[in-house]
Amino acid sequence: MSNNSLVSISDYSKEEILAILDSAAQFEANPNRKTLDGKVIATLFFEPSTRTRLSFETAVIRLGGSIIGFSDAATSSSSKGETLNDTIHMVSCYADAIVMRHPLEGAARYAAEVSPVPIINAGDGANQHPSQTLLDLYSILKTQGTLENLTICLVGDLKYGRTVHSLIMAMSHFNPTFKFIAPDELKMPDEYKVFCRKKNIAFTEVNELNENFNDADILYMTRVQKERFQDLMEYERVKNVYTLYNAMLDNTKPNLRILHPLPRVTEIDPDVDSNEKAYYFRQAQNGLYVRQAIVSKVLNQPSNG
Amino acid sequence: MSTKELKVAALRNGTVIDHIPADKLYKVVSILHLDTCEHQITIGNNLDSAKVGKKGIIKISDRAFEEDETNKIALIAPNAKINIIRDFVVVEKRPLILPEEIREIVQCTNPVCITNNQPVATRFHVQKHDSEVMLKCHYCEREVQRDKVKIK
Repeated sequence: MSNNSLVSISDYSKEEILAILDSAAQFEANPNRKTLDGKVIATLFFEPSTRTRLSFETAVIRLGGSIIGFSDAATSSSSKGETLNDTIHMVSCYADAIVMRHPLEGAARYAAEVSPVPIINAGDGANQHPSQTLLDLYSILKTQGTLENLTICLVGDLKYGRTVHSLIMAMSHFNPTFKFIAPDELKMPDEYKVFCRKKNIAFTEVNELNENFNDADILYMTRVQKERFQDLMEYERVKNVYTLYNAMLDNTKPNLRILHPLPRVTEIDPDVDSNEKAYYFRQAQNGLYVRQAIVSKVLNQPSNG
Repeated sequence: MSTKELKVAALRNGTVIDHIPADKLYKVVSILHLDTCEHQITIGNNLDSAKVGKKGIIKISDRAFEEDETNKIALIAPNAKINIIRDFVVVEKRPLILPEEIREIVQCTNPVCITNNQPVATRFHVQKHDSEVMLKCHYCEREVQRDKVKIK
């Protein structure tokens, strides 16, 4: 196994997280370098994810590296029944690192165990998606100037939303206060509340979105997914309760920023987009610099070359 | 040796696993792969027990188990007793210690875990939350309570 793999945000210490964010800032200042000249990075997307794949591929190309891979399992040898083990061994003959998205949970941990080259997990089912978490942290740091002592409201699907679970893990290093805002069907699972209590992290739970975030520094919105509901009437009710409108931001703190991992559907009304507190599109752009930092770290390449 | 235990034939040399809850007996058989073991084995089940109500007992002749093998039983029958017998005498009472990591015998409850879909051996980390013992899948990171685990 290559120890440089990034499978889960919990693989990184607080110091490593801060080093990645520092490196991302250097890439933002100067995103076009040739530090990966001659390197080949494979992007293996066993399920489609256009945003994440384009972001990783752009990160590599802007650093002078080359890309091989596939964007859909239907066009790969796994459609012929090849095991993940075999695919990873084959690809590692050609590539210096592998960026992988896979629908099965745990696929990235397993790939990292069998692969001679570093694996970067670009999402394994509903499990982990650490580059998303790091770009969330980078966005929080950039907009707030610090990661310490912030009040963060997590809104929407807190039950199945892997981005919010990983964000709790990552922010636990920085003494946050959380507010969990979710309908009963999609409440934060107990294991994360147990985790917060163990780490002495203050949190409150509410089930109405309206104006419960006036003390927040970060409002982290997630998509309420229709397929999570057994009762579609309930979905229709919840969907409308969990929509953020511009008028709801009148009494919020001036430093509040709204994040969303995207794609959004109805949970943020387009009238919020022009508000200076809306940060979700710039958040997506930050993904490029963070992914440049991640690829450089797993390949032991400098960020200031 | 009490008359109660003599309901099952006495053992000259080997291993006795006693005080197995009756509903866990065949899982212990499966965990230790006794279904393919060629030694003489005596199995008793639904015997009266003051401790566990109905108990099971397994006696395996002329066979010793490594500690990491018997410790696998701790997962499903933590109060079972392992006695090593030589010349009809108990020479070792071995405590059961729940290992920190459990490989292969447990199946992940998550249907979309890599271990349920590809030829990957399972690995679980044993974690204690207060008094509750949880098993966390090394791969998909899903946690399951000890008494809800699926034995392969």
